[in-house]
Amino acid sequence: MNEFLNWVSQPWPWYIAGPMIGLTVPILLLLGNRSFGISSSLRHICAVCVPAKIPFFQYNWKEETWNLLFVTGILLGGVIAAMFLSNPETIVIAESTQRDLKALGITNFQNLLPAEIFSWENLFTLKGLFFFVIGGFLVGFGTRYAGGCTSGHAIMGISNLQWPSVVATMFFMIGGLVMTHFLMPFIMNWVGF
Amino acid sequence: MLLKENDTLAVDKNTDLTANVKQGERGLFLLKYLFVGIVFGIIFVKGEIISWFRIQEMFRFQSFFMYGVIGSAILVGMVSIQLIKRFSIKTINGQAIKIADKKFNKGQIYGGFIFGLGWAITGACPGPLFAQIGTGFSVVIVSFLSAVAGTWVYGRFAEKLPK
Repeated sequence: MNEFLNWVSQPWPWYIAGPMIGLTVPILLLLGNRSFGISSSLRHICAVCVPAKIPFFQYNWKEETWNLLFVTGILLGGVIAAMFLSNPETIVIAESTQRDLKALGITNFQNLLPAEIFSWENLFTLKGLFFFVIGGFLVGFGTRYAGGCTSGHAIMGISNLQWPSVVATMFFMIGGLVMTHFLMPFIMNWVGF
Repeated sequence: MLLKENDTLAVDKNTDLTANVKQGERGLFLLKYLFVGIVFGIIFVKGEIISWFRIQEMFRFQSFFMYGVIGSAILVGMVSIQLIKRFSIKTINGQAIKIADKKFNKGQIYGGFIFGLGWAITGACPGPLFAQIGTGFSVVIVSFLSAVAGTWVYGRFAEKLPK
């Protein structure tokens, strides 16, 4: 049992993680004709908590309860993995990426997320404003505007040969590239790195 | 109960089937989605897909990793959907499987771009946000709430946005 846990605790390579994620597509279809997608959960949360008579949130969200349970599961899965299947070694990040990020002011590559950015101390600072608030807002706004995220468009949509999902995925990438290569240096500077 | 061929029994069978289908998706039966989510969350964490650094590697083209994950996921998804369609495979409750088409609108362009900006900043698309919180980066709750706010603002102005 110990050996098994040890083996499973190593980081999983892309050719294991990727296909397993891909299997979520048929599994959700077979379980109940559910279309794999996660950003819609943000919409359901709005519909449940703050519909505010806005037309976009007036629908029978109870039919989508499966999705809320699904994302709750993701959170629980995170808890379980962190508690019982934690990787004993630190994450290995590409040398070139480490160099680029060091030039931007990041020095700690020990965790899955840079502790220098993602910590509660940064909450009421410019770092927090940008990386938590603005970043999160763009994700929430953009995914709904696009009608899906990496799960709904890139994986589910393209798996189902939907060309609008190819378009969406292309623009996800373009947005990410613009931010990473053109805007990040200025922003990192501006927030104090 | 005396049954004539082709009538009452067929009707009963139909109502039984509908009842089953409805029942299968209510109450405790919905927990199956929670379990799928749990496994999914574990994959996300063990695959280090929720790592902000991995997303940086991806947007800097300095590692094949994320492309491998997403690419192989798409491949598996594509093959399985083809199999489901070719063999008319049904759900565990006997329902037909039908996937709605995605209609094109300019939201995929503008919204896609906006999401991409946010993805590079947070190092997370919506799925990983949940997993990151689960692994203990509790401050990501702030990002999550901002994402909900972003969705709400979108909903508020949806009609006025270019589509």
